[in-house]
Amino acid sequence: MTEFKAFSKMKELMTNYYIEAKTTKEKPIAWITSGAPVEFLFAMDIIPIYPENYAAMCAANHQSIELMEAAEAAGFSQDICAYARTDFGAAMTQGGPAGGLPPPHFLLCSTNICKTVIKWYEVLARNYNVPLFIVDTPFLHNGLTKDLIDYTVTQFIALESFLGNFLGRPFDRDRLTKVLSLSREAADYWKKILYLGKTIPSPFNSLDSFIHLGPIVTLRGTRECVDYYKLLYEEVAERAQKKIGSISEERYRVLWDNLPIWFKMRRLERFFEEKKCTLVVTTYANSWGGLSNFQANEMNDPYELFAASYLNVYINWGFENRIKYLSQLIDDFSLTGFIMHSNRSCKPYSVGMYCLQGEVSKLTGKPGVIIEADQNDPRVYSDAQVETRLEAFIESMEPVS
Amino acid sequence: MSYYAGIDVGSLTAEAVLIDKDRNIAAYAILPTGNNSQKAGTDAFRTALGQAGLAEADVSRVFSTGYSRARVLQAEDSKTEIACHAKGAFYFFPHVGTIIDIGGQDSKAILVGKEGRVINFAMNDKCAAGTGRFLEVMAGALDVPLDKMDDLALGSKEELTISSTCTVFAESEVVSLISQGKAPADICLAVSRAIARRTAGLVTRVGVADSLVMTGGVAKNRAVVKILSKDVGHLIKVPKEPQIIGALGAALFAREENGR
Repeated sequence: MTEFKAFSKMKELMTNYYIEAKTTKEKPIAWITSGAPVEFLFAMDIIPIYPENYAAMCAANHQSIELMEAAEAAGFSQDICAYARTDFGAAMTQGGPAGGLPPPHFLLCSTNICKTVIKWYEVLARNYNVPLFIVDTPFLHNGLTKDLIDYTVTQFIALESFLGNFLGRPFDRDRLTKVLSLSREAADYWKKILYLGKTIPSPFNSLDSFIHLGPIVTLRGTRECVDYYKLLYEEVAERAQKKIGSISEERYRVLWDNLPIWFKMRRLERFFEEKKCTLVVTTYANSWGGLSNFQANEMNDPYELFAASYLNVYINWGFENRIKYLSQLIDDFSLTGFIMHSNRSCKPYSVGMYCLQGEVSKLTGKPGVIIEADQNDPRVYSDAQVETRLEAFIESMEPVS
Repeated sequence: MSYYAGIDVGSLTAEAVLIDKDRNIAAYAILPTGNNSQKAGTDAFRTALGQAGLAEADVSRVFSTGYSRARVLQAEDSKTEIACHAKGAFYFFPHVGTIIDIGGQDSKAILVGKEGRVINFAMNDKCAAGTGRFLEVMAGALDVPLDKMDDLALGSKEELTISSTCTVFAESEVVSLISQGKAPADICLAVSRAIARRTAGLVTRVGVADSLVMTGGVAKNRAVVKILSKDVGHLIKVPKEPQIIGALGAALFAREENGR
C-alpha cells in the first residue's frame, strides 16, 4: 500500500462512524446497498450501514470462510454472492470484526448494482422484522433515456414519503439539496484522485483506491467526506507533480475490471510490485466518481440529475457502453493491458467477459487476461493458477515506452 | 562448450532439456514429479546431464518453468509455461500460429506471432476437466495403462458419450459404463472425445491459425489429437516428444538471455 498521510484521517473517520452507529440511542439505523441513494438518509439524520463493506472487511481480515460456512449450513447455496453469505453468517453467529453490525430499523436497497440484493434484503427484512424499501433502477440496455429517469424519480418521491412516515416527521428537501451538493463534491474529488492515475508513473494504484474507498461509499453527502478526499487529493496531486510512482519501478500499466479480491490484497500487491506492474485504474472504484458525472446545469431538476447518476453506473450498462468505456480508459490512462476478474460472486459484473475481452483487445490492440476468482470466498481461489495466468499476461505485454 | 538447460516442473511430471550453444538438443529427461517438486527438478536435471555425459559446471545458465518454477534450485530465472511452450513449439515448427498444450492440471491454447511471441492465450478455468489429470483418472478407472489408451480408443466400435465435464462426475460415468458391460475401447474413445471437445472451445476462443501444434503430455494420445483436429477443422502437428516442449522453451530462453 502506498503511504498517504491522509490514511490515519480515514481510519479516524471510519472508526468514529462505526462507534456512532454502534452506540447511538437517538439516530435510526438503515442497512443499505453500496449503490443506493444514501443522501436521503443523511438528509434525515439516519445512519447508513453497509453489509457489503462489512462483508469485505470480514474477508480482508480472513474471517469470511467460517461465516459463509454458517450461512451454507443454514441452507444458502454456495452459488449466491459471497458478500450475502458472509453477512448472513455474521448475523447468525454474531461473528466478524467489531462484534457484528448494529441491527437495522429499516432497509434500503437499489438494484443498480445487481438483482441479488432484492432477495438478500428480503431475507434481512424477514430476519430483523423491519420494513424494506427497494429503489428499482432498470438496466441500461441502450443507454440512459428520459423514461428511465422519470421512472426512477417517482421512486425517489415514494422514498421521501416512506421516510417521512417511518420517522413521523416530514421529509426535509432543503436538507437533501445540501446533502446532494456535498455528495457530488466528494464524488468529484474522488474522481479527480482516480484520474491523477493518468500520470506516468501512476502516483496511486488501484489497491490504494480499494483501501481509500470507505468514505466515498459510506459517507458521501457529509462534510467530513468532502474534507477527507480534498486532503487525499492534495497529497496525490503533489505526488503526481513530483512524479512519484506508487511502486518503485513501473514497466506495465493495467486496468482492473470487477471487484477486488479482498482476501488476497497483500499477496497480489507484492506480486504486482515484483512484476513492475501498476494497477492504474478500475471500473469498480471509478463507479463512485461517476456519481458526479452529470453537471447541475445539464438538468434543472435535482431529482432527475440524481436519478441519472444512480442509473448510470458501469455495472448497470449494456455491453456496447462497457466496451467503449473500457477502451477509452485504456487509451486515456496509457495502459499496456487489462485484467478482468471473472468474479464467481458477482454475475452481472462478470457476464459476457470473454466477449468483452475480445472486443476491447481488438479496439485497443492491448492484451487482456481473465482470471477466475471471487471477491470474498477464498475457497474458490488458487494462487498458483491465478498467478500463472497473470504472469503469462505480463510477459505478453509491451512495456511502457 | 557451454550448454543451457530448461527445467519444467509441473503438477504430474518434471522435465529437463539441455541444449548446446547452437540450440541443438543434447539430452532430455522426463520423471514423475511425485511429492517433492524441488527434488523432481533436480533429478530430472541430473538425469539429463548423465545422459549427455555432462557436469553441472558445463551448463552456463538454467531457466525454470511449470507450476513449481519458483522452487527449482538450479534456475537463475523462470518463465511461465505459456511463454515456454510457445518458444519450444516455434523451435520445431517456425510457422506455428496456434499452440494447444495440455499438461497435468492445465489446458491452454496460445496464439503466437513472430519469433514465437505470445499474442493471446486462453486457459481452462479452475477445474481440471480435459487435462492430463483427467485422462490419468479415467485410465485408473478403466484399469488401462495411460499410454495404451489411444491404441484402444482408435479401435473403438461403438459410440458412447461422457457428458460431464467434471473429472469426478466423468469418472462415475465411466464406472457406470463399465458396469453396463461397455467395452474399454469404446469408453476410451468417449473419454478422448470429452477432452477434445473441451479443448476445442479454448482454441476457438484464441483463434485458429493455419498451423496448429499440440504439446504437453496429452499430445501423446493420438486419439485426442485426431478428434481435436477434426473438431477445429485443421491438421494438428505434434513434435516427436511433446512433453519436453516447455523445458525446451525454458532452455532456449536461458540461452537467449545469456546472449544479451
